[in-house]
Amino acid sequence: MEILVCIKRVPDTSENEIEINSDGNDIERDDLVYSVNEWDNYAVEEAIQIVDKVGGSVTVVTVGDDESEEVLRREMAMGANNGILLSDDAFEGSDGKGIATILKGAVEKGNYDLIMTGAQADEGAAQVGGMLAAMLDYPYASLVNLIEAGDGKLKVGREIEGGNQEMNEIELPCVLSIQTGINEPRYVGIRGIRKVASVEIPEMGAGDIGVDAGAIGGDAAKVKRVDYFVPDTGEGAEMLEGSTEEIIAKLIEYLKAKGGLK
Amino acid sequence: MAEQVYAYIKHADGVAEDSALELIVAAKKIYPDASVTAVVTGTGADLDVICNEMAATYNAVWKIDNEALAYPNAEVVRKALVNILPADSIVLLPHDTFGMDLGPGLSIKMDSAFVADVVDIEGIDNGTLKVIRQEFSGMASAHVTCDISGGAVMNIRPGVNQPDESKSGGGEVVDKSGEAGDLSTKRTYLEMVEAEAGDVDITKSEVLVSVGRGIEDEDNVEIVFDLAKAMGADVSCSRPIVDAKWLEKSRQVGTSGQTVKPKVYMAMGISGSFQHLGGIKGNPFIVAVNKNSKAPVFQVADVGIEADILEFIPELTEAIEGL
Repeated sequence: MEILVCIKRVPDTSENEIEINSDGNDIERDDLVYSVNEWDNYAVEEAIQIVDKVGGSVTVVTVGDDESEEVLRREMAMGANNGILLSDDAFEGSDGKGIATILKGAVEKGNYDLIMTGAQADEGAAQVGGMLAAMLDYPYASLVNLIEAGDGKLKVGREIEGGNQEMNEIELPCVLSIQTGINEPRYVGIRGIRKVASVEIPEMGAGDIGVDAGAIGGDAAKVKRVDYFVPDTGEGAEMLEGSTEEIIAKLIEYLKAKGGLK
Repeated sequence: MAEQVYAYIKHADGVAEDSALELIVAAKKIYPDASVTAVVTGTGADLDVICNEMAATYNAVWKIDNEALAYPNAEVVRKALVNILPADSIVLLPHDTFGMDLGPGLSIKMDSAFVADVVDIEGIDNGTLKVIRQEFSGMASAHVTCDISGGAVMNIRPGVNQPDESKSGGGEVVDKSGEAGDLSTKRTYLEMVEAEAGDVDITKSEVLVSVGRGIEDEDNVEIVFDLAKAMGADVSCSRPIVDAKWLEKSRQVGTSGQTVKPKVYMAMGISGSFQHLGGIKGNPFIVAVNKNSKAPVFQVADVGIEADILEFIPELTEAIEGL
């Protein structure tokens, strides 16, 4: 099975405090720790496991700049066979539809049976996979937490509300968005990264993938972020301060009063 | 003529989901005088029950009855909606596991704009709609504009709009089943696998010590059980702990896990995604301990402590044991 996994380099929210910059037009990017989007990492692991079982190859692709190459290399160190960097000034400012349009161009350059994305990324929109599928006229399933490969089709489980799992049969080729927890992504060590450090990763622009520059980028985007801001969240929590002993004493008083201690 | 907005009504077993009465509120934030049509798909008697119920709230109800829509497979629903909705429609969906499945692809097939997970709507200025979203796991809010001149699909976060209980719609149910067209798809719903019950039923717990990513390592989970034991509480967790297989799925609080209604909820090292918070009902007293002062959990907690749980929990346990 030929599998394409779409990945993204994102600020690692478990490692960073996200602050808004003074102009309010971006977050503070200095000193941010970046990594591969967590959901995408599960998708790549799943792709590798499928190929281990049924044969084929895994290609990882991202839309980004030179810095995005590091996440492609990281996923290749995990076991992805090929990487593609989609990079072009014309891509900048694309909304979700623009990104899906760019990825569609890359999909059509290859011959993939299965395309995967993470269920969502840093913008929390969970949109690119479903858009890409609709553009390609491929069937789509989101929030997938189980895949069983069959002949010309897959059995997939979708994680839905209440921890229930919705089982579906889906024909290939298809697009799936992958939920975390579907597998246990393998560890990537320094040695693994070194092994793929000199592997050439092809870079493609709008012309290479046959994408009309007028359909992507900031000018084509119907959805645009205007600014970041700190919401007025009302009172929020009463922050307990002081020495640890003082904080704990105060907290225990609260817990006693609210029935938190038995 | 009033501007039209369409709201897709989620329902199961003859009961409409909470989002059904929330979407009309969102629609009126776009156009205060909007005429809002509820679009209800399904089949049989359950469908009629929902349609009649929605007619009380919405200005009109479009009923789409088809055996293929008995289970809301987003791929099938999408085909029906594309066939039935007028061009340039504004369509509202709940941003749940169904809306995420349906919305992005629907917007492509309708050739309209898509905005996901809308938490608030500021209104329209010059044909451009301004909404509020959250990014970076809820740690930053953003104003987002959307050109709705060619229609839009908007996924509205469940729970952020108070349901419209006024029953002031007085709409009629219009049967649109004949316009649904070909509903064959390449994805077929097979069955529902129900979540497995665990050894502890956290939905019944009065006090929960809930642990998140801040615990860092499987070996550290023990300190959470020690605290829970000292408090007489049960242990629950957020999604990353289950993903890492450190605790069983039945202990996960959130929309994709259990819905809990304790008296006291201790969120330890949990950032507080809306999916997690969506699993906490009954307005408990929430204590949040997190080393990240920007963690969204502090917006909903009653009491917050900025601290590393790995240091804080053992000290709290010791203090409680010494009482």
